[in-house]
Amino acid sequence: MADITLRVNGATCTGSPEARKTLADFLRDDLNLTGTHVGCEHGVCGACTVIVDGRAVRSCLMLAVQAAGSEVTTIEGLAPDGGLGTLQQAMWDSHSFQCGFCTPGFVMQATAFLSNHSDAGEQQIREALSGNICRCTGYQSIIDGVLLAAERNRER
Amino acid sequence: MKLPPVEYEAPTTVAEAIDLLAEHLDEASVLAGGQSLIPLLALRLARPAVLIDINGIDELSGVSATDGWVAIGAMTREYVAEESEEVADTVPLLAAALPLIGHEAIRSRGTIGGSLAHADPAAELPAVARALDAEFVMRGPSGERVIPAAQWFEGFLTTSRRPDELLVEVRFPAARRGAGVSFQEVARRHGDFAIVGLAVSLALSGGVISDARLAFAGMSDVPVRAAAAEDLLTGERPSAELFDEAARRATSDVDPPADLHGSSEYRKTVAAAVVRRGLRAAADNARERQ
Repeated sequence: MADITLRVNGATCTGSPEARKTLADFLRDDLNLTGTHVGCEHGVCGACTVIVDGRAVRSCLMLAVQAAGSEVTTIEGLAPDGGLGTLQQAMWDSHSFQCGFCTPGFVMQATAFLSNHSDAGEQQIREALSGNICRCTGYQSIIDGVLLAAERNRER
Repeated sequence: MKLPPVEYEAPTTVAEAIDLLAEHLDEASVLAGGQSLIPLLALRLARPAVLIDINGIDELSGVSATDGWVAIGAMTREYVAEESEEVADTVPLLAAALPLIGHEAIRSRGTIGGSLAHADPAAELPAVARALDAEFVMRGPSGERVIPAAQWFEGFLTTSRRPDELLVEVRFPAARRGAGVSFQEVARRHGDFAIVGLAVSLALSGGVISDARLAFAGMSDVPVRAAAAEDLLTGERPSAELFDEAARRATSDVDPPADLHGSSEYRKTVAAAVVRRGLRAAADNARERQ
């Protein structure tokens, strides 16, 4: 057990996770932030993607103790007032999900990507999201949603 | 699956890490970016008693160019190397391979040293290191030693690192003037491990190939050089016929593995195709850079 302090969605959090506990399980079990979904638990599906210090990472491939001192953003931190952010609204409008299990991972990966690539086109978006698996949509509606968000961001 | 119980150490200096390695030897695994080791733990394919986490050792990160070499600290994240102008300018083959590693989120955490120490024969960086004759700087209780790439990869996920040593730096030679490079791979899905990958560097001098380097990923239990093709190419002028013959020689004496993604025979066919593509692309790149 190690005592850790980190910032999650702008708030300071502390905990004493076992060394073997992943950041994904720490967020879900210790901080009750269950919006981060755990799919494959070995870094293949992308459902657990969160943003750590400005970069998208797989929270199942990072130990909670390694996040000490970091700034973590989860799906719950994107629109803290209970509304929807631009990307979330665009994905809603584009029907970018069916069962919704993979959605938080896609939203976090796309958020990190769009923050650095505001001019991204379809091919770049496909590439950026290629590490996230969706078993429902066939991906087209997800790509459409992210493209729409990029377009709305540019218009603002 | 959840990770099994494991002891955890987080040294903040190389000296501390080496003391811990000397204490725990084979019982310890070094944790760098964790993008391969954490899955191995989750799947129970690795069962170390102790994790020695080197993420807190600042001296292990960084890219520096000095007299003909680019030295990359073992803990340097793949995305950092990907964004490095020194890497792009000086080791273009490495720059070509980096974006093909896993996916963006993997490169956020994955490290240069971690990938090379994990030594997956289907991965990109081992093929690049083998093609360029990179050097591996090891530090242990008795000091430092340097291992050439030809002696680093010993087998599937196996290197010549001794249990009490830490990989601290990897040195890549600067590309020669007039060198063209290409990294080719065929994978089921972008970002997956390559069914076959190929690192190519061709140096042209007065229109003649003066130095040819080809290293395959995914064709054996270690990254392998296509020596017969390199010998054929050296001293010749690039042509479609020459590249066809190089593809034949590169694949005449290989026995690639068969798995879910392809039979051995299929891999040989793909390998010949990537040799032709890689040589064409590297020759075009060499002309562009002149």
